[in-house]
Amino acid sequence: MGSNLTSNYFEVTAVICFSIGFTMLFLNKNLIKKVIGFNFMDSSIFLFLASNGYITGRISPIITNGSVASENYINPIPAGLVLTGIVVSVSVSAFLLALTTRLYLRYHTLDLDEMIRLSRAEDD
Amino acid sequence: MATVQNFPFAAIMLYLAGGVTCCVLKPKASKVVCLLLNSLVTVLMFAVLLYTVRTGESYVYWMGHFPAPWGNEIRIGPLEALMGTAFPLIMTLTLLGGMEHIFEDVEPEKTNLYFTVVSLLMVAMLALIFTNDLFTAYVFVEINTIASCALVMLKYRSGRALVATTRYMMMSLLGSGLFLLGIVILYSITGHLLMEPMARKIRELFSTGNYAFPLTVTVGLFAVGMALKSALWPFSAWLPDAHSSATVSSSGILSGLVVKSYIILLLKIFYRVIGIDLVYSSGITNILFLFGFGAIVFGSFYALREKDIKRMLAYSSVAQIGYIYLGIGIGTSLGAKAACIQILVHAITKPLLFCTAGAFMSASGGSRRFENLRGAGRRDLLSGIAFTIGALSMIGIPLFAGFITKLHLTRSLFLFGTWKFWFGIAALVISTVLNTLYYLAAVSVLFQKVPGDSPPVERPSASLFYRCSVIIFSVLNLLYGIFSEPVTQIIQSGLSLFS
Repeated sequence: MGSNLTSNYFEVTAVICFSIGFTMLFLNKNLIKKVIGFNFMDSSIFLFLASNGYITGRISPIITNGSVASENYINPIPAGLVLTGIVVSVSVSAFLLALTTRLYLRYHTLDLDEMIRLSRAEDD
Repeated sequence: MATVQNFPFAAIMLYLAGGVTCCVLKPKASKVVCLLLNSLVTVLMFAVLLYTVRTGESYVYWMGHFPAPWGNEIRIGPLEALMGTAFPLIMTLTLLGGMEHIFEDVEPEKTNLYFTVVSLLMVAMLALIFTNDLFTAYVFVEINTIASCALVMLKYRSGRALVATTRYMMMSLLGSGLFLLGIVILYSITGHLLMEPMARKIRELFSTGNYAFPLTVTVGLFAVGMALKSALWPFSAWLPDAHSSATVSSSGILSGLVVKSYIILLLKIFYRVIGIDLVYSSGITNILFLFGFGAIVFGSFYALREKDIKRMLAYSSVAQIGYIYLGIGIGTSLGAKAACIQILVHAITKPLLFCTAGAFMSASGGSRRFENLRGAGRRDLLSGIAFTIGALSMIGIPLFAGFITKLHLTRSLFLFGTWKFWFGIAALVISTVLNTLYYLAAVSVLFQKVPGDSPPVERPSASLFYRCSVIIFSVLNLLYGIFSEPVTQIIQSGLSLFS
């Protein structure tokens, strides 16, 4: 177990970062910090993927010297997945920030608990 | 390849095109486009359903005509085709049932965007049902999240809806984060993203005993991720607010369809990717079973306390989702069958209840509280009767759809017979008693005689579309309650093709 932790240090770092982002998204009351936490969480997964696709000593899969042997190149699929993931996370962040703006203009606070309280008071 | 095999892919593309078209059209025109599109897709998918039932097997459709390890695939069997037919049908009926409320609740110049969002939501849900590739599933899970949150927040002028959207979005993002981590770990273990090669690899690893711990972790990540998104108790705190503060159609769509699409995906992952044996031996099914038990008991209790009709229905959804997880948690194919039946039953019952609740609200000056809804069922008799049908179905009275779920759940519990048997039966008994209490209380309030009640006034919700939708929903409910056997057969054959 111990040797796995040191040899897979990229994955370990990624999962630790994931936990930090997850906790921030889950427990922080401030909406902007929640968005930051979300981005941190997703970026850590991209780190996980990117480190998985990289193979030491090989180059990115763009043919420049005419060699098409797959032994020369890294695995390009995780890079593709990271790109897709970035697109998804950008659109989600945009949505969240738009929502935060609407809420801030309405309640003049970024604290979610405060907003819940204010919106309930408004309704009654 | 038969022409009919192209229809599922065509349905997704049609919705995509329709969604884009709706955002440049006028609200009225986009309404027509969206409704026609939904009806068209229902017909197309019904043809696919007939085809898959006739051939009795599933088929894989290559997207972009690249074979297995490289290309992206969708897979359609009887179960997928059944769900693919039911979803657009229910979507059409729910939109028709709440159409007046959509035009009242959504900002006038943005009403066309409501239909854009609905079309995109259908894209995501159909893709989740059909997909054969886990990363595609992730992308559509996120599209589903954004679209369903937009459905809640499009209710104009309501701060409550905005806050509910935020809470819903946060919980959904936690769920999809865990889901993505699960996919990534599974990809790094197996090196595949398509379901079939992945499943082969996992069976190999399972037999050699390698990577047992990471595999268990991924099963847990998938289960918790999807449970967060489909509001399984104890992760269901966001659901009552989100589902009750949205406009009537959105509530019906979210309760009836959106949460189900995630559960179908989870079922596919359990049966087609990881293999139910591994899931069962990891003990995750036991946890899902207990959570389902908790959902049934606590959801029903909270619904009993609720004084607001839409929040009561939302809590009832929590309990009904508990039934689905109870079925999955049994861990046998009979249990999964009961879960699929419950998915359909709840999908045809809950939108009916929400639509009629909308009609009661407009027959009582827009209030949602029971004390103001006294006699609403008398003022709007059709809705009153339809609500009663839905309520009886949720309680599980024979002849109504809800009974079929309870029948199959009990049967699968009997055949399983361990501690789960006692828990399951206890859950069914408790929830039946509590459902009876709160639904009959609601029905009796709705039909109460109010002294000095004015004669029924002209109601905005009594439009022809609303009446058609409510009548069709009620008839479907009764038909399913009486002739459930063909649907059960289709589910059975679909599930047997899963493994």
